[in-house]
Amino acid sequence: MGAGHAHVLYRESTSPVHRLPPEVKIAAMVLFTLAVVATPRAAFWAFGGYALLVAVVAGLARVGPGWLLSRAAIELPFVLFAFALPFLGAGERVDVAGLSLSVDGLLGGWNIIAKGTLGVLASLLLAATTTTRDLIVGLDRLRCPQILTQIATFMLRYLDVLVGEARRMRVARVSRGDDPRFLWQLRGFAAGVGALFLRAFERGERVYLAMVSRGYSGRMPAVWQGAGAATAGQWLVGAAVPLVAATIAATAVALT
Amino acid sequence: MIGYVQNQAPVSLDVRGVRYAYPDGHVALHGVDLAVPRGERVALLGPNGAGKTTLVLHLNGILTATEGTVRVGGLTVSRDRGTLAEIRRRVGIVFQDPDDQLFLPTVAEDVAFGPANLGLRGAELAARVDEALAAVGMGEHRDRAPHHLSFGQRRRVAVATVLAMRPEILVLDEPSSNLDPAARRELAEILRSLSVTLLMVTHDLPYALELCDRSVILDEGRIVADAPTRTLLANQELLSTHRLELPYGFTPHTPHP
Repeated sequence: MGAGHAHVLYRESTSPVHRLPPEVKIAAMVLFTLAVVATPRAAFWAFGGYALLVAVVAGLARVGPGWLLSRAAIELPFVLFAFALPFLGAGERVDVAGLSLSVDGLLGGWNIIAKGTLGVLASLLLAATTTTRDLIVGLDRLRCPQILTQIATFMLRYLDVLVGEARRMRVARVSRGDDPRFLWQLRGFAAGVGALFLRAFERGERVYLAMVSRGYSGRMPAVWQGAGAATAGQWLVGAAVPLVAATIAATAVALT
Repeated sequence: MIGYVQNQAPVSLDVRGVRYAYPDGHVALHGVDLAVPRGERVALLGPNGAGKTTLVLHLNGILTATEGTVRVGGLTVSRDRGTLAEIRRRVGIVFQDPDDQLFLPTVAEDVAFGPANLGLRGAELAARVDEALAAVGMGEHRDRAPHHLSFGQRRRVAVATVLAMRPEILVLDEPSSNLDPAARRELAEILRSLSVTLLMVTHDLPYALELCDRSVILDEGRIVADAPTRTLLANQELLSTHRLELPYGFTPHTPHP
């Protein structure tokens, strides 16, 4: 991962959504997803409402539909099962284009695809408008256990270093004629993974020594959390999305 | 050139009779004595495995001497928590690999880590960060990620991370390693501009000559030579005894302009 790849999903912009503090966006995304998941699967109009909501936020964030949909393809392997359900489901069946499909399976598949897609789109919008760094700051402000945010921080910092090391080791291996084509020729690669683990372990030791040398005593100093935390107004703005979603979900539950 | 002998300035670093044996019984230091007056720059030379890094880790109490004492600005290194915290403020160690030192997502956060551990917050902390980054000429890169900087820039930021703690003595482990010639020269200019006591562990003898009036040679856990750098480097026999060599074609005999 070279310099240009640091933000795979992040889109540089100054839209109103980008300017919202990260903790507001994280909370809104989680609550929105909960509302979507809680909606009865047969309330089709409700999912239309959610999709509209996502479209409005995407518009505000100046994220195009092409960008969103191409990245939403990540969910495909996970929803593949949903396409099998109409064929496998039991119970009442209907005929569609000459195929006998299970009604229950159809609804089940729809349920997975609709809810999965909405969840992925909401996450993508969060990722597109928030840098990885801000995500961690946001989680920290939401009182996420510090040990988790610290692990995430280290991962963010050292992923590039580790990938670089792995790449150098691979180049050195290939330079000496290693050319694995089949599974049973992966010995060099497997040994490389072991060596990489050891290197990561040793680096961990050295990083810790360097931290201790600068007065680290087991707790990260709370340095920047104070600055720029969300104001009540920003929380209100951010609450709009989950509030609308919750209203839709509540209505759908009441109607079915 | 040898003014340091008469120098009556307070002593930044005073190492006396330090002996250290690793848990496996291997003795790394056999009674090391070293005094560095405030404001002086000293090079610590020696072959691989001589105990240089072990000695450095004694200076801020990461390792504790089996025998002997280490005093930094008059304060004796001990296992006491409060003392250790102050010792680690006074001794700024810049490790060899800047990727070990820079572990936070942005340059500014990393430089703030040390002073924040000292309890600084808010505007005072920000001022420290700006001051340290300005001293190494990296002020404009404060919000960048360390892994997006060049190696030379990362080493300069690593120096800033300890400068931000306003140390009594700056200890550098192989500061010129892996730097291209221009980055090496720029770092030398920065180090020379700092008004701080400096102990530099290095194999780069011309770099020692360029930056430090005085050098000591550590070999097999003992200080075997302590003299003006130019005198040391002219002593071919002494150097070869301790596996030190000047780069091809260099002679320190040439008179200084």
